[in-house]
Amino acid sequence: MSNQAVQSSKEPFARIVKKAEMSGKNVILLRLMAFILAIIAGGIFILFIGENPFKVYATIVAGAFRSALAFQGTVKIMVPLLITSLGVTLAFKMKFWNIGAEGQIIMGAIFASYFALFHDTLNHTLLIFIMFIAGIIGGGLWGLIPAFFKSKFDTNETLFTLMLNYIALHVVSYLRDGPWMDPASQGYSKIATFSKNAMLDRVFGVHIGWIVAIILTIVVFIYLKYTKQGYEISVVGESHETARYAGMNVRRITLRTMFLSGAICGIAGMIQATGSDKTLTTAVAGGVGFTAIIVAWLAQLNPFMIFVISFLFSILEKGSSVLQSSYGISTDCADVLQGIILFFVLGCELFVRYKFVFRKKGGSK
Amino acid sequence: MANEKAVKYAIECKGITKTFGSVVANDNIELTVKYGEILALLGENGSGKTTLMNMLSGIYHPDKGSIFIGGEEVNINSPVDSMNLGIGMIHQHFKLVDVFSAGDNIILGSKNEKKKPKAIKEEIRNISKNLGLEIDPDKKIYNMSVSEKQTVEILKVIYRGAKILILDEPTAVLTPQETEKLFNLLRKMKEQGCAIIIITHKLNEVLSISDRVTILRKGKSIETVNTKETNEKQLTELMVGRPVSLEIERKDMDNKKKILKIVDLTVMKSDGTVALDDISFDINTSEILGVAGIAGSGQKELCETIAGLMPAKKGAILYNKENIVGKSPADIIDLGISMSFVPEDRLGMGLVASMGMVDNMLLKSYKNKKGIFVDRKPAKDLAKKLKDKLKIVTPSIDTPVRLMSGGNVQKVLLGREIESSPNILITAYAVRGLDINSSYTVYDLLNEQKEKGVAVIFIGEDLDVLLELSDRIMVLCQGKITGIVDTKTTTKEELGILMTGGKIGEEQENE
Amino acid sequence: MDMFLNIFVAAVLAGTPLLFGTVGEIINEKVGHLNLGVEGMMSIGACAGFMVGYMTDNFVLALIASFVAAALSSLIYAVLTVTFMANQNVTGLTLTIFGVGLSNFVGIYMLSKSENGTLKLPANITEQMRDIHIPVLSDLPVVGKLLFSYNPFVYIGIIIAVIVGFYLYRTRIGLNVRAIGENPAAADAGGIKVAKLKYINLLIGGGICGIGGAYCSMIINGGVWINNNVGGLGWIAVALVIFASWKPTHAIGGSFIFGALRVLKYYIPKSVFPFPNAFYDMLPFLITAIVLVIASIRQSKENNIPKSCGVNYFREER
Repeated sequence: MSNQAVQSSKEPFARIVKKAEMSGKNVILLRLMAFILAIIAGGIFILFIGENPFKVYATIVAGAFRSALAFQGTVKIMVPLLITSLGVTLAFKMKFWNIGAEGQIIMGAIFASYFALFHDTLNHTLLIFIMFIAGIIGGGLWGLIPAFFKSKFDTNETLFTLMLNYIALHVVSYLRDGPWMDPASQGYSKIATFSKNAMLDRVFGVHIGWIVAIILTIVVFIYLKYTKQGYEISVVGESHETARYAGMNVRRITLRTMFLSGAICGIAGMIQATGSDKTLTTAVAGGVGFTAIIVAWLAQLNPFMIFVISFLFSILEKGSSVLQSSYGISTDCADVLQGIILFFVLGCELFVRYKFVFRKKGGSK
Repeated sequence: MANEKAVKYAIECKGITKTFGSVVANDNIELTVKYGEILALLGENGSGKTTLMNMLSGIYHPDKGSIFIGGEEVNINSPVDSMNLGIGMIHQHFKLVDVFSAGDNIILGSKNEKKKPKAIKEEIRNISKNLGLEIDPDKKIYNMSVSEKQTVEILKVIYRGAKILILDEPTAVLTPQETEKLFNLLRKMKEQGCAIIIITHKLNEVLSISDRVTILRKGKSIETVNTKETNEKQLTELMVGRPVSLEIERKDMDNKKKILKIVDLTVMKSDGTVALDDISFDINTSEILGVAGIAGSGQKELCETIAGLMPAKKGAILYNKENIVGKSPADIIDLGISMSFVPEDRLGMGLVASMGMVDNMLLKSYKNKKGIFVDRKPAKDLAKKLKDKLKIVTPSIDTPVRLMSGGNVQKVLLGREIESSPNILITAYAVRGLDINSSYTVYDLLNEQKEKGVAVIFIGEDLDVLLELSDRIMVLCQGKITGIVDTKTTTKEELGILMTGGKIGEEQENE
Repeated sequence: MDMFLNIFVAAVLAGTPLLFGTVGEIINEKVGHLNLGVEGMMSIGACAGFMVGYMTDNFVLALIASFVAAALSSLIYAVLTVTFMANQNVTGLTLTIFGVGLSNFVGIYMLSKSENGTLKLPANITEQMRDIHIPVLSDLPVVGKLLFSYNPFVYIGIIIAVIVGFYLYRTRIGLNVRAIGENPAAADAGGIKVAKLKYINLLIGGGICGIGGAYCSMIINGGVWINNNVGGLGWIAVALVIFASWKPTHAIGGSFIFGALRVLKYYIPKSVFPFPNAFYDMLPFLITAIVLVIASIRQSKENNIPKSCGVNYFREER
């Protein structure tokens, strides 16, 4: 009886098996293919809603580049995304699931905004510098909290950092409705626009955040690859036991790295508030902290790849804003397209290490 | 051919081949086992034993070849198929859900869903009584000892009515008494008509329990012999592929000097239980001190405490009257001793699995240079040197070490530790998982160190090796020292008694 | 007394969408998947439920649509994480971006097609979603209002939570599901069809989240479509899973407590507790964070996140 049951248990159509790991070149080729597939799938979606995919794609790309102003807009979107992705990369390298970039951005922005609102009479350069440091400290502290509990009690950091995002968010709404409310605002409460003195300077029409972002890309690359601390992060990420064996203080490294991770996200918050928004709002992070996680992951934690991918994301986002005016397609289209593209890219990662084996016809020889 | 058809094999494997990536784990393997028979599957680590058995239990699927159960060709696609065929596998790493009770684990995934929990518990109690086992179905797995967990695993497959049992290195975690109990159980089941395959690399166990032995080597099935007609020497030769002299040259050194004195050392495990209980002994230069004991008798904690990775609760480790307990490895080096430690878990503790040789060389030395940057140059030179000197096989010194074979991994680790010219070298299960050739390379390296005047601590599991390699053997049992014996005057039997906490008539404390 | 009654009723109403999201996510986590896509799945359920309700004027069809649509979105997650073994966190976040985007996209599209620039559920379905009224019972003083005065979603939510609780903790198949979340290798070796059960449970969990979404779009705003109608409730649901210590039946009380936290600011006079509104909004997350820390300090083995949650399973991993 049992034998019959087995005879009838049919061999699955396909199974997944491990294969020799792909070489670097093939991996790039594979990802490129996934990207093209994703674009095609996105095209089908566009077709489905009754538009011409080629035209829509062309509009998106043109929308991001068509004028100096448009390109500046693209860069503006890219800056916080790039910086935040670099920030979470430090944590991810240590296999610390920092989902809390959103909150760290907000905290950095809050700390910086304090000086922008209440000490805006300081010398401009000094003020910008102080705000920069404040952003670092705000974001860093917000990163330190989950690291403390993780290293002390092994508290699940994914969930804990997630909670901290919303706690930070409501700190902003508290400040907005209470102590920092702009008395001049009518109808709804908001925080006052910063004075000119507290805004970031512009270079080539975009606030200097883009310079910071480029510098950070290089610094993070060097930090991870060539410094002792970067080496320690890699070892801790691989195995706490090995780190302990090598005489590393795992706890201190965890705390330090998470401070830095949060600090970089805090810089993004400071830049967003003082460079783009020119005030503090609850939307200062606006989902960038989550998107950054995706960017960092897709880039395999490589700072230069992060640069490229956050640029692509920014093109999509900026370009989609043009769709509204040209086609009457809502900007949410960008999120849908982003989702579709990501689903494909995520799916293809499997083939780096595994392959499908299909059922052989006529059994084995 | 027609006559042979009469013999219905419980399992018959023909031409089984399985590759993992570029590694051929099983190459055209042939194997048979009858009902009412115990077959030992013998082979060195990496010879493909576990892979083969995982294919019988539906964990892997063969790339090529066919499997017959009870004379009929079958296609085992999943553990369910395997189970339906009456195959039960007891894995080396238990597959149990920690937060569930024993009873829940036993019924997990089995078919008879209609039964009331009470009836099921009764059934479990009956089965265990019949086999002379004792188990409380309500006890949670995380509250169980290793041997209790194994009992649950066995009950799990018997509950499902398995007639073919596969045990993957079942004795590795057991005390000799528990092993004997297990063997009695297996003999009982054999009498009841079960087919049993036991995977092991311990020759004495093969000879005591099995009816036939199939030997695997480098993924190929080499030969099947009747246990009655073979001996340890023949089995070893078949396993290794050439005649082996099991002798290790042991030189007597006369410049022994006390380097460390351990006094009343007590160490706790992380869960608060006692790991080392008030132990005292000396470590000498130019000597290999073997440490014997059942797994988990405090060996790990002993190594880590001496290496300065673990705090002691009380007691001292004295170097020239200076207590080094609680000192960091850097401070210890400042005192003039350099310690090297080759841990049991090579890829999880001694090395960084995803990094290449170069970055692994850095692990102990990355702090040496001043400044914030890592200097990879010396590490690169060292990696190259080791690769040539120890004949390490790797595509490049930047290939992740996890892609290397076990023997090469150990050469990387041991090589790095020896290169720091230690005074004290601590090795934990240095040859575990290595083939015989690599093992001998390790023994040679250790002897070389001893001749250089290094104090070597060798935590071992194979008593024959311990007896041949060490000058003295310290036996641990439940965190206590039950004896320190001279290898020239002691015997294996004596060590066995000490390991289980027994006393020898005449205490042979050598000093 | 009256105020207490009002708070209780308001808490139940505010907690109900959370209850669906939480129960759905509990199923996901119990089968080993920390799905951060709850917000997205709820949004898709919200959109499908509302639009089908709008077009068919049938409550039951709307409910089914919200369940099926969210389950389908969950299927994307399941394919990627179970079969393609993609990172769960990243896939979940992507699902959230996708789901919220798609929901808003369809919403705006439908708005653009509507006559007067608004979408409002028609009369029939509004009637069907009205608070229940059971003769005698609902008229009882206090008790009637306390227990028999809600819209059908509330009762459906509680029933689902109880059923799921029974399913996970009292049935053999539930035992198998929990085994997968704890130790998929053990489950697999025991003959449990890991992938199949993962798919089924991810889909069911996603579908339940979707009904919670339908509550957001169909009830909260009085039957008028607005964008972003889930508005972060999905994330609170993720938090609630922890608060409920992964037990569906605890989720009932938990979601009503969280619901109370969400409405408390409207009921407690500032003269009594001078806390700002933002404080009440923050409370669910603050409490969850504290619960998370306490749970990790106590190192409870059983009332904790399933051990393999967040880690994909590959049988041949070695």
